[in-house]
Amino acid sequence: MTIWEILGFALLKILVIVSIMLLTVSYLVYFERRISAWAQNRLGPNRVGWEGILQPFADVLKLLLKEDIVPYQANKTIHTLAPIIALFVAFTTYAVIPFGPTINVFDYSIPLVVADVNIGILYVLALTSLGVYAVTFAGWSSGSKYSLLGGIRSSAQMISYEISMGFSIGGVLLLAESLRPLTIVETQGQWLWNAWIQPIGFITFVVSAFAETNRLPFDLPEAEPELVGGFHTEYSSMKFAGFFLAEYANMIVASGLIVTLYLGGYNIPFINIETLGLPAWLPVLIYISAFLFKMAALLFFFIWVRWSIPRFRYDQLMSLGWKVMFPLSLINIIWVAALIMIFNL
Amino acid sequence: MILEYLPILAVFGFAIVFALATVFSSEIFGPKRPNAEKLSTYESGMKPVGTTSERVSIKYYLIAMLFIIFDLEVVFIYPWAVQFKKLFNQQGISVFVSMVIFLVVLELGYLYVYKKGGFKWD
Repeated sequence: MTIWEILGFALLKILVIVSIMLLTVSYLVYFERRISAWAQNRLGPNRVGWEGILQPFADVLKLLLKEDIVPYQANKTIHTLAPIIALFVAFTTYAVIPFGPTINVFDYSIPLVVADVNIGILYVLALTSLGVYAVTFAGWSSGSKYSLLGGIRSSAQMISYEISMGFSIGGVLLLAESLRPLTIVETQGQWLWNAWIQPIGFITFVVSAFAETNRLPFDLPEAEPELVGGFHTEYSSMKFAGFFLAEYANMIVASGLIVTLYLGGYNIPFINIETLGLPAWLPVLIYISAFLFKMAALLFFFIWVRWSIPRFRYDQLMSLGWKVMFPLSLINIIWVAALIMIFNL
Repeated sequence: MILEYLPILAVFGFAIVFALATVFSSEIFGPKRPNAEKLSTYESGMKPVGTTSERVSIKYYLIAMLFIIFDLEVVFIYPWAVQFKKLFNQQGISVFVSMVIFLVVLELGYLYVYKKGGFKWD
């Protein structure tokens, strides 16, 4: 393929994925509010449109028309930079997550992933590490005590859980022998998913993903009763919306990553749909829907956990990260290496 | 080979444009009526007291140092993990043992920090 064809296909995939992501984010917020209301025996938003279905658009419109307040004690440049970093990180990490197998359209063979690079996992790790800067900058530059405390706590939390996250991925790499996400999905095959082979790694990765995305039970950076709004106390209008958007986009990317690394990506268990003799375009659609279904289930799990488990105390959070998750993820690596040596997986 | 990374460049460009558009859109659409109370930082309705450029607990610094040490360990694990199956078939158990020795050395450091109370946050 020529440079322009590669760029054209990439832009097409980016446009499709970003628009789907934005739509999902809007409705994820809506579903979160409805599910939380359901969990707490309330009604939730049900006025704008049928059963509140237009609520996300009303929210965005409201935030768009609000005044952008920057406190006079704030460092204006960094205060503006923080939400930009948060959004940048949230809307770049999806690039290496495969949502389907390679397809053949006309004379082109197109992998259903924006960038099919063999360092995909390193790319994700590098960018999610940048996310710490958004939170730290936001907390430091606001000139508010709540923001500062929230920002510092949050950066400590995120770097602590990044370690167990990195070690958990080590177990996946042992089996896949590659950092390329498509290879990781392909080696898991139909049903031999990493979640079954290395349950400890799966659990530590999911817990770390919760901590990295600052979701409850790990949402210390914005612990409302003690820190008002945490690192985004002093943000308003679309800058606040930027953080909000980034948080939910990170949730989507995190569940996509969990599906890719541990739940077999787009693979479907039990049925081998290649041999059913379906028309050529149908298996691809089934694969993509399988991927989206797994992601949706995980997103529901994210929301479900948020409204079921109370927030950790700060020292409990750090103890869990350093004294439980870190040793467990190390044990996981030894476990997988032992499995490979004994059973030649 | 290098063309594989072209889509990533496109993703970066798109993300930067998107982020800038989001953050600066309220400058265009939102009202601009600042006053002194509105521009002061939030402190539960009180006048803000003191500054935020004060010292931060040493504990956070310690966490950052520990993060660097153990995150480097992760970086050393990855190339080993990717090559493990191949090297194991060639050289046998010594591939595993060498990594275990490396981990044990680092975990001695971990135990030292643990004993010294580096993981206490109360």
